[in-house]
Amino acid sequence: MDSLSFSLILLVSSLAAGLLGALSGLGGGVVIVPVLTIIFHVDIHYAIGASLVSVIATSSGAAAAYVREGFSNIRVGMFLEIATTLGALLGAWLTTRVPTHSIGFVFGLVLLYSAYSSLKQHHETLTQKPDRLALRLKLQGSLPTGPNTHQDYVAQRVPAGFGLMTLAGTLSGLLGIGSGAVKVIAMDQAMRLPFKVSTTTSNFMIGVTAAASAGLYLRSGYLAPALVMPVMLGVLLGSLIGSRLLVRVHVRTLKIVFALIIVALGVEMIVSSLRGTL
Amino acid sequence: MESSKHPHKAPGQWTDLRIEILVGFMLRTGVLLAAAIVLTGGVLYLAHSHGPRPDYAHFTAEPAQFTTFAGIIHGVATLNPEGIIMLGLLVLIATPVARVLMCVVGFLFERDRLYTVVSTIVLVILLYSLFFHK
Repeated sequence: MDSLSFSLILLVSSLAAGLLGALSGLGGGVVIVPVLTIIFHVDIHYAIGASLVSVIATSSGAAAAYVREGFSNIRVGMFLEIATTLGALLGAWLTTRVPTHSIGFVFGLVLLYSAYSSLKQHHETLTQKPDRLALRLKLQGSLPTGPNTHQDYVAQRVPAGFGLMTLAGTLSGLLGIGSGAVKVIAMDQAMRLPFKVSTTTSNFMIGVTAAASAGLYLRSGYLAPALVMPVMLGVLLGSLIGSRLLVRVHVRTLKIVFALIIVALGVEMIVSSLRGTL
Repeated sequence: MESSKHPHKAPGQWTDLRIEILVGFMLRTGVLLAAAIVLTGGVLYLAHSHGPRPDYAHFTAEPAQFTTFAGIIHGVATLNPEGIIMLGLLVLIATPVARVLMCVVGFLFERDRLYTVVSTIVLVILLYSLFFHK
């Protein structure tokens, strides 16, 4: 295959991955890595490099839209970014040390978990108990619920949230993904922040977390320019289209279809990692 | 303190929401600029490349011209298409870093000492990772 047709096929596949990532809420990274490794037989180091760059593009590209809604909490995000960026340093370092098939294996497990979490029904468990540590760190805010109404919230269990965020950062650096699913768990489940605050703040954090791995990825030679080019442009375009479509399509049915695709990719990643063919 | 509780109130001040809107606009501009540079490099690359596609099935780290700042700048200066793509990626990687820098400045204007320190810590981690992390 020549470079032009290869680039065009990659562009179209990445566009589909970005679309799927945006509509399922999982993000482009978890979709594009298995597509590159399983379908195009790209080495996982090049795949996570291309994915990481796409994740930064998607996060920064969507930031303006999220901000307008006024749900994201800049202090909560910034405080937790200490955890995610430190985790990302560790994760990126691990990619230079651990064998390829163990990266693939962990990736498969994360895919299976992501599929499960995307289908799980969401239960809001808000508390306004004044948590001392959270108040000292100003991890509080008010969520607009109507034109003139708002709901105050205070974060709970800050150390647990910080710990989970370190894990999210490590997975991001190790797998070249945004690991938005783990970030949302940390804020929504552990810290009991409102779901809308968790998801929009998570989007903001993804780009900063990914940037913390980018330097080592660059110096380790994971960023192959001719491969990254169609992947980054495709995922960015796909996710921008996806977030526009999101308001119009019926999400529940789509989510089930997407979860099945993700499960299939996850199983395939685990099997080929164990066989050593990844 | 007050501004964090009611980000949509208190007009005319450096509020969280104002910082975020400015930052969001800047991020999108940065991404569009990065995408335009990558696309330019990509078109040049495809116009000049003939023969079979590169093999990515086996990992051999990219050469120094694409892994160091000096190498990339040299590539751009000599109009190397892949060097131009890498420049676009550097612009892209810079957008979240610029975001954190804007937050440091914003919190400084808000006289929020705690979060000036918090965002400075994140900025230091990012700069360390970009230039020194091994």
